[in-house]
Amino acid sequence: MYLLRRAWAELKNEIFVLPSRTLVLAWVVALLALPLVYGDPYVMRILTMTCIFAIFAASWDLLAGYTGQVNFGHALFFGAGAYASALLSLKLGLSPWATIWAGAAVALLFGFLVGYLCLRLRGSYLSLATLAFPLIALGLLFAFPDFSGGELGISGLRRLATTPMGNYYVAAVSMLAVVFGLWLLADSKFGIVLHAIRDDELAARASGINTLRYKMTVFAIAGAAAGFAGALFAHYIRVAGPSTLEVALSFQVVIWGVFGGLATIYGPVVAVFLLYPLTEWLGSFRAFGELRLLIFAIIVLLVLLFMPRGLTPWVRDRIETQCPRCKQRNGFWKRICRLCGAALQAEVPRAQRLVGHQ
Amino acid sequence: MLQDILVTGLVNGGVYALLAIGFSLIFGVARIVNIAHTAFYMLAAYCFYTLLTKTGLGFVLSALISVGGVTVFSVLCYRLVIEPVREHEAAVLIATIALALIFQELMLFTFGGHFLGIPSTLEGAVRVLGVSIPYQRLLILVVAAAMLTLVWFVLYRTRLGLAIRATANDLEVANLMGMNVHRVAMISVAISVALAAVAGVVVAPVFVVDPFMWLAPLVTMLAIVVLGGLGSLKGSLIGALIIGYVEAITVFVLPAGAYLKGAVALLIMVAVLLARPEGLFGVAFEEER
Repeated sequence: MYLLRRAWAELKNEIFVLPSRTLVLAWVVALLALPLVYGDPYVMRILTMTCIFAIFAASWDLLAGYTGQVNFGHALFFGAGAYASALLSLKLGLSPWATIWAGAAVALLFGFLVGYLCLRLRGSYLSLATLAFPLIALGLLFAFPDFSGGELGISGLRRLATTPMGNYYVAAVSMLAVVFGLWLLADSKFGIVLHAIRDDELAARASGINTLRYKMTVFAIAGAAAGFAGALFAHYIRVAGPSTLEVALSFQVVIWGVFGGLATIYGPVVAVFLLYPLTEWLGSFRAFGELRLLIFAIIVLLVLLFMPRGLTPWVRDRIETQCPRCKQRNGFWKRICRLCGAALQAEVPRAQRLVGHQ
Repeated sequence: MLQDILVTGLVNGGVYALLAIGFSLIFGVARIVNIAHTAFYMLAAYCFYTLLTKTGLGFVLSALISVGGVTVFSVLCYRLVIEPVREHEAAVLIATIALALIFQELMLFTFGGHFLGIPSTLEGAVRVLGVSIPYQRLLILVVAAAMLTLVWFVLYRTRLGLAIRATANDLEVANLMGMNVHRVAMISVAISVALAAVAGVVVAPVFVVDPFMWLAPLVTMLAIVVLGGLGSLKGSLIGALIIGYVEAITVFVLPAGAYLKGAVALLIMVAVLLARPEGLFGVAFEEER
């Protein structure tokens, strides 16, 4: 009883005070409870894919949003995880539960490699150079079709679970674990260093931070998470094909990341959860089937015209305000800060408001 | 074989140079990484195809109309889509990707996904040094050379070119000196897309036209631009020739070379970047701190 009351108090004081946290809680509960209420296999399939791509998008955000290493070749890690896991489980006959970790480990190594090669590159150079890596890998795959299956890829993989619901839970739980893990990481001291590297690498180095080591680490972590997603993907659709390395996938993750809002982790996840089911749903109409990518692109374009910083920062600014004194966030209905008591909307005379803050 | 390599490398290098110089120009002046650049090249090819086969206008007239139309259209896109989000670099990037996807899907919807062939503009071939060069390839070479000379003339011999180079060098100072940097950016968008459109029109009869034809040259073009140094026109030209020849050599010499030509070109880019992070002719990272 005590524990229950304690949990309720925590819930009320930590989660319900902020609309964004309430939304996150509602989303987690809905995600876990949905199959019990509505277990349609088609919906399960779409949501499983959504969860897998959410891991992928969140890992890109850690690299691009937080550290500023805007990676145009993130599909390399996805493909590396998919192919490594597929080859191991098919050639050595290992259980997919084991090879998924191996896929993530291989992607981690690729992350180190790419990070090492890109240490001296910055900004647009880095973006355009990273675009090359998955294409080099793709060229090699096509050149050795006996080993990689060429155009068709490696098919006939085993699934992780046998039922649609089981697969859904595998994807959903691992998505929650990875995304919250990345979120915690980005919120920790480590994440602050990443912000510093993005904003001013020279200043960060002058403050005694070994930025090279941090950048390599971030590449490795993001690579491992993306590789994990790739391995899950390969075992879910039971094929590891060249489509996991294509430019389209690399661009797709950039679109998700920027659409949702950079440097938030949850932004890209929200974007995937909105955009991926939307495109699938549009694809299910015969009239829209051919137009779905077009509609997708137009929606992205329109949203960006009105919210250039991305969707989630825009929404968050609408439902929450930041305390001018202690920088904590408050629900939009609050007039004074819930922590330090400072007035949130300072009474500004009308004339002054027209002039603007000067 | 040597002659084949020489000719193919030169022709491909010329096309790549047209694309890469336009991309470099737009990046240098407006700091836009224009992913949609080769999508305009695709649009021009489709436009040329439609005008040529459906309306029966002559080759020259259809080519001129497609280049002009695509250029005007690109300026419209720039004003409506790119300019409102100019301050947000990430948003500009996504906007150009989205534009490219929109063009691709529109073409896919209108013309279908199959390959379209365009009859050769010029028939016949000429023999030089024992290798026969189709007139069409010669035309590509001549047009590329002419366009490059024209761009050089505009950039280095006119007041407009001076303004463009000044803006590329330092946007704020150029603005303070009384140049209308917005208009300069718009004009460089127009020039750059016009170059891409010319490339699209001249290669359309040699390659096939399909809605995904923008992806392969996009990657090669980015490799060239990074190899030569972002924003450096000389670098783009030399990079284009290097990559053109490297691709030709890979295709003719290596087994399974057609699959590997992209990979080899990109490996060379990565190797150059490892030795010289700012590319062959790039200025070491300027004020971008």
